[in-house]
Amino acid sequence: MLSSTADNLYWLARYMERADFLARAIEASRRLAALPKTYGGADTEWESVLISAGAADAFEAAGKPANEANVIEFLTFSRDNPGSIRNCIEFARTNARAVRTALTVEMWEAINGAYLEMKAMEARRGAYSSDELGRFLEFVKQTSLTYDGGAYRTMLRNDAYWFSRVGLFIERADNTGRLLDVKYHVLLPEKEVVGGSLDYFQWSAILRAVSAHTAYHWVYRTSMKPWLVADLLILRPEMPRSLISCYESIVRNLDSLARAHGRQGAAQRQARGMYGKLETLTMESVFQGGLHEFVQGFIGENNRLGALITEQYLF
Amino acid sequence: MDLRVAQFDEMGGSNGAIRTPYLKLAQWLSGTPAELLASRREQAELLFRRIGITFAVYGAQEATERLIPFDILPRIIARSEWSALERGLKQRVTALNMFLKDIYGAGEILKAGKVPSELVYRNPGYCPEMAGRRAPHDVFVHIAGVDIVRTDDHGFYVLEDNARTPSGVSYMLENREVMMRLFPDLFAMHRVAPIEDYPDELLATLRSVAPPRATSEPTIALMTPGQYNSAYYEHSFLADKLGVELVEGRDLFVKDDVVYMRTTEGPRRVDVIYRRIDDDFLDPLTFRPDSALGVAGLIGAYHAGNVTLANAVGTGVADDKAMYTYMPDVIRFYLGEEPLLQNVPTWRCREREALSYVLDHLDELVVKEVNGSGGYGMLVGPHASRAQIEEFRDKLKAHPDNFIAQPTLALSTCPISVAQGIAPRHVDLRPFVLSGANGVRVVPGGLTRVAMTEKSLVVNSSQGGGTKDTWVIDDAILGAA
Repeated sequence: MLSSTADNLYWLARYMERADFLARAIEASRRLAALPKTYGGADTEWESVLISAGAADAFEAAGKPANEANVIEFLTFSRDNPGSIRNCIEFARTNARAVRTALTVEMWEAINGAYLEMKAMEARRGAYSSDELGRFLEFVKQTSLTYDGGAYRTMLRNDAYWFSRVGLFIERADNTGRLLDVKYHVLLPEKEVVGGSLDYFQWSAILRAVSAHTAYHWVYRTSMKPWLVADLLILRPEMPRSLISCYESIVRNLDSLARAHGRQGAAQRQARGMYGKLETLTMESVFQGGLHEFVQGFIGENNRLGALITEQYLF
Repeated sequence: MDLRVAQFDEMGGSNGAIRTPYLKLAQWLSGTPAELLASRREQAELLFRRIGITFAVYGAQEATERLIPFDILPRIIARSEWSALERGLKQRVTALNMFLKDIYGAGEILKAGKVPSELVYRNPGYCPEMAGRRAPHDVFVHIAGVDIVRTDDHGFYVLEDNARTPSGVSYMLENREVMMRLFPDLFAMHRVAPIEDYPDELLATLRSVAPPRATSEPTIALMTPGQYNSAYYEHSFLADKLGVELVEGRDLFVKDDVVYMRTTEGPRRVDVIYRRIDDDFLDPLTFRPDSALGVAGLIGAYHAGNVTLANAVGTGVADDKAMYTYMPDVIRFYLGEEPLLQNVPTWRCREREALSYVLDHLDELVVKEVNGSGGYGMLVGPHASRAQIEEFRDKLKAHPDNFIAQPTLALSTCPISVAQGIAPRHVDLRPFVLSGANGVRVVPGGLTRVAMTEKSLVVNSSQGGGTKDTWVIDDAILGAA
């Protein structure tokens, strides 16, 4: 496969996954912002969503106050924010156009249809009503579901598929990591007791954001406990968004590539190393070393894997 | 020959009596409510938009991707008409290839005085780098899109030979797919000759011209200038149908006169490049040094015989509107046959008598720049303002060599489906002719282009023209109507 095709597929998957994550992160923040102060309405939700989206610096550079309207605009339709949902969908579509030959009709139609619909929404949107925003976020989530389902159900299991999947899971692992980090260091004021009611609603909003609220209860059959939420999102292989689950998929897809190409490389070694670490990790050691430190370290290693893939395949 | 006789309609002929190829369609139309046609029109538009069959337009920012208007009524050609057309196309393209081999080689036709040398050597499409060199298997024009018109029942005229990188074949194929989805009953009724094997034929053609050293499985790639090119959709569509890589210049590199593409498994040797990028941009070492679209060293690899370019470099000289006027002589010279397809009568403004005729009749003629394309740089006399005519008069006097003139053809019309019902619009036809080491072939049909505006003669998609499906139908089927 052409390196440029692999590169496009890899980024296409990342942009689609990122758009989905942004929509979910915004939903979680809306939910938190709607809580009474005594339950955790902390006024920091909108800064926190910027941080979890990795857009805090860009937003600051734009020089606007971090209130709800500004942050939502920045993360949804802003053309100035390279990482806005709008731009993610446009980049995804640009990548898709470049590799139409590698996509199935279902995937192309999902992206192209979404792009056209988004342009229409962009053109007719006025001052945002809450309803409209809700519909837009729903649309974004639907889009990534359709796209992902199309990929899963229609693509040949060859390098095009493997590169797409690797892109998707690297992005997803990054997103889960950021979500965890934000919870621990931004939302919760220092004096607040871990396990207090504020904590409860915040964790609950985060679980809802990643559609894991019910999953939590199935797995643990107990009330919301921060370390269990962290356990679910880091170490539980049955949770499709957990770091370990993402890495299980990354390793599997990179191995398929290696087998097809008859060559292993630094990317496979890095992925397997990270997966191995997650397999032997316990939540105790995570909390001992500090969740924040763990997550920062993970995000760094995850980025390094991205760079190694580029080096190995996308020269 | 007076080409401005009574209007000829593909369906209604010259006197309104339905022509045989359209009998079944006319019958079907008379029993079909207008609402059904309207709903099929909407469905067609939805399909095209959803599949993303678009045409990029330069300049306009928001409208950078546009749908080409599509008309749901087919244009129908009887097999007997088609066979005559097909023979003429094969003859013409065979002669074109012989002509190109000759002018980059011995130049017999120039020595014989059949074509003026300066018209070849001073032609901007002439490529001095090709002088004295042969194209692999002596095929230059692997893919030709010959523009055909008719003005009456008596046959077809060639309007233009597109011998560089003709576009539109994806619309031919997609139009058919959409029509088959919308009107399965009409297809069952007509038994339309299939065209879906075009990609296979194209692939066979490209394989046949691979360099001799290539393996039995030559590596073929389709080279595009990229997403922002107006025909990008077609490039990706064709690469997909052919099952070959769609590459841009940056995906390729040349080492020791061999072309490679960058793949995830390392460099891979490329044998045949169907390039949809103009000569000038192919190789910054040979042509435009500012071209970022091409590949440094590509022409070296080509001359070394390590890669075949389709179409070959320098075919533009045969595609030129001044050269066009000599095509009947070219056919006679190489094949010793009379041309089966007529040229549209053309005045070469480079000749003094012709020029003075043209200057006296500007308000009746179509004047074209010899190197213009896409409907740019032309004057349509009967529709032009006084000022436009005077402007062209000055241009003509200053550079008569740059122009040819033709009568304003009463291009045939064909019914299209419009909001008010059915209305005639002018059409032309672009069949696609493939030539390889394995012969010359044409799939039955082509792209019918339609001037969507009433009375307009402009069918180019860059000027708002639309398309419709083109059916070739056995005469026996029609007889049973």
